[in-house]
Parts: sequence; structure tokens; C-alpha cells
Amino acid sequence: MSAPEAAWLLIGAALLAYVLTAGADFGAGFWHLVARGPRGDAQREALEHELAPIWEANHVWLIFIVVALFTLFPSAFSVMSISLHLPLTAALIGIVLRGTAFTFRAYGLQPEPRRSALGRVFAVASVVTPLFLGMSLAALSTGAIRVAGGEVATGFFAGWTTLFAVSVGLLAIALFALLAAVYMTVAAPEPVRSDFRRLAIGAELAAAGFALAAFLRAGADAPALYARLSGSAWTWPVQLGAFGFAVATLGALWFRRFGLARFTVAAQVAMVVIGWGAAMGGHFVLPDVSLHNAASPPQVFAAFFPAVAAGAVLLGPSLFFLFRVFRAR
Amino acid sequence: MNDLLAARSQMAMSLGFHILFAVAGMAMPLLMLIAQWRHLRTGEAVFHELALRWAKGTAILFAVGAVSGTVLSFELGLLWPRFMQYAGPLIGMPFSLEGFAFFLEAIFLGLYLYGWKKLTPKVHLLCGAVVALSGLASGVFVVAVNAFMNTPSGLVLDAAGQVKDFDPYVAFFSASFPTQAAHTALASYASVSFAVMAIHAWRLRADPTSVFHKKAFEISLLVAVISTPLQIFSGDRSAKHLAEHQPAKLAAAEAVFHTTRAAPLSIGGWPDVDARELKYAIEIPGALSILGKGDPDAEIVGLDQVPRADWPNVPVVHLAFQVMVGCGTAMLGVCALAALLWWRKKLFAPRFLLLVMASGPLGLIALEAGWVVTEVGRQPWILRGLMRTADAVTPMPGLVVPFLTFSLLYFVLGAVVVVLLREHVFAVKR
Repeated sequence: MSAPEAAWLLIGAALLAYVLTAGADFGAGFWHLVARGPRGDAQREALEHELAPIWEANHVWLIFIVVALFTLFPSAFSVMSISLHLPLTAALIGIVLRGTAFTFRAYGLQPEPRRSALGRVFAVASVVTPLFLGMSLAALSTGAIRVAGGEVATGFFAGWTTLFAVSVGLLAIALFALLAAVYMTVAAPEPVRSDFRRLAIGAELAAAGFALAAFLRAGADAPALYARLSGSAWTWPVQLGAFGFAVATLGALWFRRFGLARFTVAAQVAMVVIGWGAAMGGHFVLPDVSLHNAASPPQVFAAFFPAVAAGAVLLGPSLFFLFRVFRAR
Repeated sequence: MNDLLAARSQMAMSLGFHILFAVAGMAMPLLMLIAQWRHLRTGEAVFHELALRWAKGTAILFAVGAVSGTVLSFELGLLWPRFMQYAGPLIGMPFSLEGFAFFLEAIFLGLYLYGWKKLTPKVHLLCGAVVALSGLASGVFVVAVNAFMNTPSGLVLDAAGQVKDFDPYVAFFSASFPTQAAHTALASYASVSFAVMAIHAWRLRADPTSVFHKKAFEISLLVAVISTPLQIFSGDRSAKHLAEHQPAKLAAAEAVFHTTRAAPLSIGGWPDVDARELKYAIEIPGALSILGKGDPDAEIVGLDQVPRADWPNVPVVHLAFQVMVGCGTAMLGVCALAALLWWRKKLFAPRFLLLVMASGPLGLIALEAGWVVTEVGRQPWILRGLMRTADAVTPMPGLVVPFLTFSLLYFVLGAVVVVLLREHVFAVKR
């Protein structure tokens, strides 16, 4: 495997980590927004309790992706930054509002009305951010963003304004909500736990709907992706895997096997990300920007990998320590 | 407002906002660590309360710093995609190390905040030390990137000026890295300790018997009297670095239009760029030559040796430099007075508390002014000598809209942070 290929996989792995960790944080914000009924406040409190020790640290994966992109594949970063300026800016505004509103709320702004207003900001931003991030990622696969002579030739609206991209954005919201709800069935006390079981089942069905919509719209809006998703040999095991884990998640939730559901839902979401990554086939922007034509010179990879390894050697045990301290109750 | 100016304003505003929280993330953990260490040594409950409060303050400021830092990493691409395409590979290593240091700080801050009852006191203190160290490290790594922009190194250009070869390790340790890293780190300790000290002085005036605020005042004063003189020394090293490696920046900072031997240090004044002279300044003969070269007769390069098109905005850089040096000198004076009063056991004299309150913002003002000197002083280059800022900006039109949006957003955030800190960190404990 060449260094750029390894780096492409590493960026994909970081994306997966971001989706599985920060995704659940966004999902928690979604449930915050829609929490209703007699136990609405209890649900919100349970969500905040679970979020507190990690707060916005999960964004580190996103920062890693950004840094790895501009270091190792600078022209890919440049093309994305120019063509997706608008949705990325919208996602950024969401990240700012979300992170700060949550922290302020967690540290208890009094009196009560201000507190709930900040909770609303937190929740709305939690929904807006994944929508625009999902639309941005989807735009990369549409083939609508074209590069000619090193410059973006298709303006500032290409790709992310398609129905396919919107479906993917909605799918991202549904999957994140699903992740959060399933995690809460493990962590929350009764009767809130049973609420989240019900909500998780609903989110799974919604995710299935948006996934189908995205797949169908891909034929028109993202033909290259559609051809790879429907025509390659590897695609069916991955897609069937995602489907199988989704069914398993529903089953585990139904029979209240919450520990199992947490595993199957993570596997399901991982399959979606892996399937999309495999369909991108080494590209950052279909069809013009790939790991071959965007890679930095070899010495950059040679300096980057040791830095990442050194960081991982420090971070691995630290994370292990963090989880050991807070999970040993 | 044209797009280039809007992009520069947005970047300046984002950095100016972020830097306040970044220095807090570097220096607040040190204060909190000293308080906790005092608690372990003396067993006095007041130090425990202080460590708790400062830790809470650290958490609030750190969270805003984390978010505004995430924004900056995106803005580099959203506003300056061509710069990142050119320089991304060279500054990637310090940026990725910064990411790790930041994550380490987040992990151990989480352990510190939520681990009071779960960790032994020594392990808990050690976690606090890791927070302080990784905070310092992340600041140093980010400065490595800025140092590279000021004095690019590790590049081999061909005859046409295109990059032929480069070395990321040499790029990391560029010429201005050591002086700039030291100056920024010390700036964070000096400015944050002055600000914290001022707030507790304010509370002490309302409640002169509060042991809590007295101890808080003493600990932040200790950090201030150590870091401030070191910072003045580091400033002297920075001036010598500028004289050798970035003469245009020093010339603009001191409004030196004509190359001169035995150059005077000019205090105040207004640069008349068209007439190429500094008006109404107080001059100390030979002092700039001493500052820049360590020799009263040495030659200081003036702006006449820089093509007119490559001049930075002289009035802005000169004013910012004067503000920075003025604030730093005043802070040194406050520290000297504090030492005298401490010796005469009159540290909590009401009039001194009033002076400390008034000097609370000086460090943060100097910090912002210092960034203006280094950033505006590098213009028109984004990468000195290699790429102009105007060539780096995104083709996206209407950049004034995100500039105004983010300005409004940060303004609201800043206001809420002030309210939070007042209610949760600095309120008088009854």
C-alpha cells in the first residue's frame, strides 16, 4: 500500500470515528429538540448527564480530518473549501452555537428561561450542523463539482444543492439520532430508557426511508456513485451488511438487548460510511480529485506519519485512562 | 468593503477572539494547579475552593477556545484556499501536533473536572499538570505555524520561483520560532494573571476580609511578577530577531523610514507615510540600535530599503507596537510596586487594589496589539516573500456577509462568557 493510500484510509477511519462519537452528540441535540410529553425534562437531563464528561472533545476527529487533508492532499482541501464554502460555513456556525450553548447550559445559566433558550439554540444547531455536513459530503460524490486547470469550474452551488445531497443530510440526522437513542438505552435509567427504546426504533425506520431516498436519487444526481454502488462486486456484501445490522438493531431493541443494540447500531453506521468510502474509490471529489493527483510529495507523508504515531502513543493510554476512571462506577 | 478586506477582517476578528481563550487555556490551568498544590501542602479549604472555581473557569474558557479553534481550522481553507494549497504540506506537522496536544488537554481537563472524588489527590494533581503542559504545548505548536509564515524556511525554489523541494522538519523550526514561542507563552501567563488578579482585586474592594479573594490575588500576583519581567527580556530578544530576520516589520513598528546608524527609539508620534517621516515622537538617541542590535551605533534598516509596494500599513503597526510596549512597561511597574508593598506588608492597600483593577486589561491589550504587530507587520505577504495575501484569498464573492455573521456570533458569545464567569467563578463565597 502506498503512503497516499494509507493516508486516504486513515482519513476515512477518522471520519468513521467522528460519525460514531460526535454523531451521537449531534443526535443527543436532536432528541433535546424534540423531547416532549410528561418525561421531556427527564429525557433532557439524562442526555446532558451523559454528554458532560466528553463535551466538545469529539470535534478533534473533524480537526484531524481537516489537518490531514490540507497537509497530505492540499489541492483536495482547496477544491472542497472553495466549492463547498456555503454549506461548510453554515455547518461551522452550527458548531459554534452548539458547543458554546451546551457548555453554558451545562454550567447552569440562571434564571431558568435563559437556560431553556440556550437549550433551544444547542438543539437547533445540533440538527443544522449534520444536515450541512451531510450535504457537503454528498456533494463530493455527485460529480457536479468539476475542476479545470487546477481551479473549481462549477461555482459555489454545485452538488450540495441536489435532492440527493439533501437526502444524505437528512439521513445523517436520522442516523445520528439513532446512535444517540441507542446509546441512551444503555446509559439512561428507567423509565427514560424505555422512551429512548421507542425513539430509537422510530429513528431506525426514518433512517431506512432516507437511505432509500438517497439511493434512488443517486441515479439522477450522482450517477458515478450510483454506478459503483449498484454495479461493483464488493458493494452487495457491504449494503447487505448495513441492512442486516439495521434489522439486528431493530430486533435487539425490540427484545431489550440494549448492549447488543449498541454494537449492531455502530456496525450499521460503520457499514454506511465504509460503503460510501468504497464507492468513492480513492477519490476526494468525483471524478476530478483523487489521492493520486492531489497527494503532497513523499517527504510530507514521511514527516506526517511519525507525528501521528507519536500523538497516538500519548493519546491511546490517556483515553483508556479516561474511560476507565469514568466507567468504573 | 472589498472581499480581500472582508476576509482579512474575518480572520483578524476570529484570531483576535480565539487568542483570548487560547491564552486562558494555557495559563488558567497553571493558576488552578498552584492553588491545588497549596491545598495539598497546607490543607486549607480555601485553596481547594479556589482550585475548584478556577477549574470551572478554565472549562468554560477552554470550551469556547475549542470551538473557536475548530472554526479557525476551517477558515484557513474557506478564506485562504490558495495559501493552504501552497503551504498546507509545510505547516501540517505542527498543526497535527497541536491537535494532539489539544485533545490531550481536553482529556485531562475532563479527568480533572470530574475526577475530584475518583482520583487520589496526587494523581488528580498530576492530571492538572498534564492540562497545563499540554495547553502550553498546543500554544507553542500553533506559534510554529505563524513563525513559518513570518520566516519561511525549508523550501528550495527553482529559477522560476516554484517550489522544487522542501523539508517539513526545517519548516517547523523556522528562524522566528524560538523567540516567538517564548514571547507568546510568557504573554499568556502575564496577561491572564493580570486579568485574574484585577478581578479578585475588584472583589476585594467590595469585601476586604475575604480570604478566598486574598489567596486568589496572591497566587495570580506570583505568576504575574515572575512572567512579566521575563516577558520584557523576551521582548528584547524578539526585537533583535526582527532586526536580523524581519527588518521591514521592525522598521514599520518604529516608523523608521530611512536607514540610519545610531537610530533613536521613538515613543509615540504619528507616521506621515507620504512625507516619509515620524511626527511628534519623543526620541531616545541610539536606543533603537541598542534594542535591535545591542550596539548604540549599529545600523537599523529603514523602509527605504523595502519596495514601496511591499510596505505594511505603517501607522497601524507603529501604533500597535507602541501600545504593546507601553502596556508591557506599565505592567512591569505594577509588578515592581507589588514587590515593594509586599515587602512592607501593605499588599492589600485599597489604592493599590484600585491600580491593579485598572491594569487588569493591560496584558490582554498588549497581547492583541502584539498580534497586530506580527500580522499586519508581515503584510502584504501571507507567506513572507513567497505569497501575497491578495493572491491567497478565495474567489468566493460577498465575504462581508460571513464576516458580519461571525462578528455578531462572537460578540454574543463573549457577552455570555462574561456573565458566566461572573456568576460561577468570581462571585463572593458566602
